[in-house]
Parts: sequence; structure tokens; C-alpha cells
Amino acid sequence: MDFTLSEDQQALQTSVREVVAEKFPPERVAEIADRGGFDAAAWKEVADLGWTGVAVPEASGGLGMGFVAEAVVAEELGRGLYPGPYLPSVTALSALGEAAELTERILTGRSAGTFALGRTDGEPDLVAERHPDGWRISGEAMFVPDLDSAEVVVVAAEAPDEPGLYAVERDAGSWESLPTVDTTRRMGRLALDGAVASQLATGEEAVEALTRRALAGLAAEAVGVAQRALEMGVQHAGEREQFGRPIGVYQAVSHRLADVFVAVEGARSLSLWAAWTVDNDSPDADAAVAAAKAEASEAAVVACEVAIQVHGGIGFTWEHPLHRFYKRALGTSALLGWPQEHRARIAAALLGS
Amino acid sequence: MDFRDTPDEAAFRQGLREWLAANVPEGWGAPGHPEPQGDERVAFYRDWSKRLYEAGFVGLTWPTAYGGYEQPISHQVIALEEFARSEAPEHANVIGLGMAGPTILAHGTEAQRERYLRRILTAEDIWCQGFSEPGAGSDLASLTTRAVRDGDDYVVNGQKVWSSFAHVADYCILVTRTDPSAPKHQGLTYFVLDMHLPGVEVRPLRQLTGDSEFNEIFLTDVRIPAADVIGLEGQGWTVAITTLMNERASLGVALTVRLEVALRHLVELAKATKRDGGAAADDPLVRDRIAGLWTKLQALRFTNYRAYSRFLATGVPGPEGSIAKLVWSETNQALTKMAVEIEGPFAALSGGEHSVLDGRWQHLQLRSRGNTIEGGTSEILRNIIAERVLSLPKGR
Repeated sequence: MDFTLSEDQQALQTSVREVVAEKFPPERVAEIADRGGFDAAAWKEVADLGWTGVAVPEASGGLGMGFVAEAVVAEELGRGLYPGPYLPSVTALSALGEAAELTERILTGRSAGTFALGRTDGEPDLVAERHPDGWRISGEAMFVPDLDSAEVVVVAAEAPDEPGLYAVERDAGSWESLPTVDTTRRMGRLALDGAVASQLATGEEAVEALTRRALAGLAAEAVGVAQRALEMGVQHAGEREQFGRPIGVYQAVSHRLADVFVAVEGARSLSLWAAWTVDNDSPDADAAVAAAKAEASEAAVVACEVAIQVHGGIGFTWEHPLHRFYKRALGTSALLGWPQEHRARIAAALLGS
Repeated sequence: MDFRDTPDEAAFRQGLREWLAANVPEGWGAPGHPEPQGDERVAFYRDWSKRLYEAGFVGLTWPTAYGGYEQPISHQVIALEEFARSEAPEHANVIGLGMAGPTILAHGTEAQRERYLRRILTAEDIWCQGFSEPGAGSDLASLTTRAVRDGDDYVVNGQKVWSSFAHVADYCILVTRTDPSAPKHQGLTYFVLDMHLPGVEVRPLRQLTGDSEFNEIFLTDVRIPAADVIGLEGQGWTVAITTLMNERASLGVALTVRLEVALRHLVELAKATKRDGGAAADDPLVRDRIAGLWTKLQALRFTNYRAYSRFLATGVPGPEGSIAKLVWSETNQALTKMAVEIEGPFAALSGGEHSVLDGRWQHLQLRSRGNTIEGGTSEILRNIIAERVLSLPKGR
């Protein structure tokens, strides 16, 4: 048993943290988010740093450091509220496998990637059909993260025999960017009508494996969001004085922050466990990612709510960065299942369905 | 990072499982299983503890010079897990192993280590704790039990409270005030008290469950030899903090696994309890809460492991140990409350043939109210996290 990050993972964590602090300070994040878009130069910077290839095997041009390392990067990018398509891209990359040209485009930052993993109501939204010249996809996918910046989309689609994963070009269909609460990660709607696709994998398990990866990545990112909100709350409580003393001396304030710390540490523990189970194809992976996504998104929401409360009036302003963290926490909660939905899956495993 | 046992760890775990399967008394812990009572009970636990030690499962991380096995700390974690998972009887010397021993290892003289440590492991000596007083609970450093130097002895007068095992203990780790004129954290001295000395009187306290796990200790002109001071006169606070940090660090893993066992029983209860033509386990609200408890439990489990990994790296238990006790105590309260709710009207029965499991959940639920008080209240633990982990300004 060893529950610490390796030296390589720690070095990566430090480096990502430093670069994010330098290149993506809150003012730049605010500027990109409020402008309503994608900063292609910023995305190229991230790719040039090698972060997109952290979990990509060395043979395919990546660093081959594994998914735990990728989750470490995701947590740090969440902590800095990096407003770009990192997580959707690396999640897509994990499914691209033999598709060398698409992999290369994302690795180098020429394109970004994303995923469309199906609606939560269980109805298939996309259908794949075999044509003489290959596969064609039709249907409409909602809630595709960062679709405005991602040109390569890995989609889950129903086919006559079994579901599978397919790669399509976003621009082979029609798409729109939806107005989202969280402007640091916009969602898109993608409508495909016989779009040419390449088949990446077949079977329910392939779709579930990609979903687990997305959930574990979102959990790691949410831990970063929660961590930063906690840090802001603690800093403010130590500086802001009322009644002649820093408000952090009052237990009504300090105990709420202590509870947030406990929640963040618990979520981080689950997130690391989830990342490890995904990386090692552990039989615990289904339960681990459900627990991690549920707990990390809840921790992020609570951490932001407490931080806003601790900040008082200033925390309620547009000017203060906290609202963007809060909106990311809410957006992450809504993506790929709210905590109750994940707990229902855990309950099915514990209690039978 | 690797969440699996190494081959060495797996072998140790397997050996312990086999030993427990062969040695835990048949039916132990099942509802209605008669536990030995009175003197027989003490004899049973002492014998059980000695066998655990001789089998190589106690004192795992202690130096061999004092009877320990000098195993890696991961073996200690595995042992705590497997003991709790098997619901085996506990070692009789909870205070000795978790608190007195590590404190004597850290601050005791060579003579003290040789005299006490091995006999803690074998449970030849049972230990208790004399910290809290009627007027000194969360504010432990305000304690007033007086120790006055007189020749080669200290003469001790005062009262201690909430002492588990004091009625059967041979020794007590005792914190006293030797210098009332010094600032409150500086005038304290830490002793080993021989519970058989004249002037030591133990009276049981009856708690809200009706049981008596705790005692009051009255000290009247007790003469403790100066050789039994742990650390230096006036350094008692530093020594006491070592004890408390070890208490929380060693408790975390074992308590978490006990929670895992309790959750398993809760799942069985929810499945077995009939409700509206189905089972309580079909109720979406019950399902959500059980899954939530499971999630909290896993978070606690891996947070403990992370804290242990850090302990391994630094050698000192950190304030992170406060998380485990805080989360465990509140989760255990929620879990036992939920079990009682699932029982519906049967929740009103404290035992007997019409009750569920002879009133076991009712007892556990009532007992759980002590969890957020004993060993540091939840409020004090939140203060520790706020001040020592988050570095928020101190309120006092």
C-alpha cells in the first residue's frame, strides 16, 4: 500500500501549479470567460507544455505517465479555473487509440477534443449506421462540454448490434454553443445527419470505460475548485477585521471553514482512489468514480458557498472571482449526473436494484 | 501510489485472517452471545490479549528491545483493519497500546521503557488515563489535581473523571499541576500512577446507556515516587499532547473499519426490514442515505491511508488525525440513527424477544452520542483544524 504521489507526479503538480498561477491569473480567466470564448493561444500554450499528452502512451507521442498523473493536472487546472478544453480533450484522447492523425492534432494543440456520452434519460441520442464507405452518425447530442473550441468529438452511439465509440468532426454536423451558467466551460448542442465517423471501439464496456474516465477527471477538477475556494475563504477570514478582530477567530466562521477542509480532503482521497482504479482497470472503478464525482462536486459547491458567505458582500459581487468558481462547481455537478444519481448507482451495488 | 497490498502485506493479512478465523470464540459478538462477566471477564480479556501478542499481532511497530515486532507500519494498519473486520474481542489494553506506550517510547527513560512496555503488550498490566477533571474538559490545561514534591515522592491530591478501564487498571497516565504560579500550560507534570497505591479510589460512572465504561478516580495524599515522572517536571503538557495525538492517529483506522462493519449490518437490516409489501431497502430515500454513508466511509478510509502515508514520511502523527475522529463520530451517529429509523415502531424496544436484534441498534445509537464528546469534542477538533491546519487566527 502506498497512498502518496510519486516524485514524478509531485513534480508535475508543482510545475502545473506554478504555470497556471503565472499564465492564468484570475484576471486572465475573467477576461477569457467574460469575452465568451475560447482562447486558441492559451490552448496551444497548454499543449506545448505537454499536459495534453500526460496519459498518452509514449509510443503515441505522449508522456506515458498514466491517468493518476492526468488527474493531478486536472486538479491543478480546476484550482486555477483554467477556462479551456483540457479535460474534454484528454478524455477524448483516451478513446482515440489507433487514430493517429486525430491524436496528433489534439496533442499538438492544433485542435481540441471533447465527448458526447449520451443523455441521462437513457434514450439513445445518436445512432451509427454502417455504409459501404464506413460509419455514419445521426442524431442530436446535448451538453457536449467545450464544443465551441473542440473540433474532434468522441461520441457514444447505438448501432444495430451493440453500442460503440466513434470519432466525428464537429463541423461535419451543425452545432451551437448553449448559454451556460458556467462561462469557463460552455456546453454545446451537436446535430449530426449522416456525418462520416470512424469507429473507435465497440461494446457497452468501452462506453462505460470512457464515462468512468470523464467522471474521474471531473472529480479531480472539482477537488481543485473546492481547494481554491477554501483557500480564498481562509485568506479572507484571516485578513478581514470586524469588531476589532479578524473574523477567522469567530468559531461561527472558522468551524464552517474547518468543515470545508474535511470535505475537500475526503473528496481528494476519493478522487485519487477513483483515478487509481481507472488507471488499473480495478473492479472497484464503477463505485469509486461514482463516489468521487458525487463527493467532489458536492465539496466544490459547498466550499464555494461557504467562501462566498465568509467573504460577505464582496463575495456576492461580479468583480470578485469566487462566482466563477461557484458556477464551475454547479456546472460540474450537472454534467454526467448529479450526486443523487451517482448515489443511486452505489445503492444498486450495495442493496441490489 | 498503489492501493493494493504488496505480496508481503498480503501474506501478513492472510496469516492474520486465518489466525482470527481459528481463534475468535464461536459466536462472539452475535446478539444473545453471553460475554463473560466480572472477574471472569477481566481474566478472559487478559488471556485473549496475551494470545494475540504471542501470535505476533500486537506491538507490531514497537522496538524488539521492548517486546515489539518492529514491523512496517502498514502491518499495523492491516492488523487494525482485520481485528475490526472480524469483530474479534479487543485487546484489553486499549489505553496502554494506543496512548501510554507511545508516550513512554517518546518521553520515557530507558528504565521506564524496560519496566512498562513489554507488560503493556502482554496485558500483564492494564492501563487507564487520568486527564479530564470535573473542571477541566476541553480546557485540559486548566486542570487542578495537585502534585507537591516531598523528598523522593510527590504527594498528589485531586479528582480525575471519564477514565475507561480505571476499575481494572494497574497503572494510570496522570497529568497533574506541580506549579500553580506558572502559566497554565507550563506548570504541569506527567506521571505513571500505580493504581494499587494507598489513597487511590475508583468509582464507576453510569452513562446514559446504563452501562459503566468510565470511572472517577479520587486521589487523596497519594505518594508517587519521583522516578515515575514521564519527561521533566513542568513539561507535562508536551508529553500529554504526544498522548492525545497518538490516541487520534491510532483510533482512525480501527474506527473506520468498525464503521464499515456497522454499515454492512445496516445494509442487512434495510434488506430484512419489511415495508409496504417490499423492503426498507427499496425506499429511494433510504438508498440515497445508505449510499451517502458508504461514500463518506470510503472518503474516511482513504483519508486515513493518506494520513498514514504522511506519518510514515515524517514519523509524527499530524493534526490530520483530527479529521478521522471528527468524521467518524458524526458518521457513526448518522448511521446508528438511520438504523433505528429503519426499524420503525420496533425502534422503541430496548431488547427482548419482540425487539430487533435484542435492541442492539438502540444501544449503539445511544452510545454514539458520546462519540462527539470523548477523546476531544467535535468543537475542539474543529478548532484544531482551523488553527493548526488552516492557520486561522487563534480565538483564545
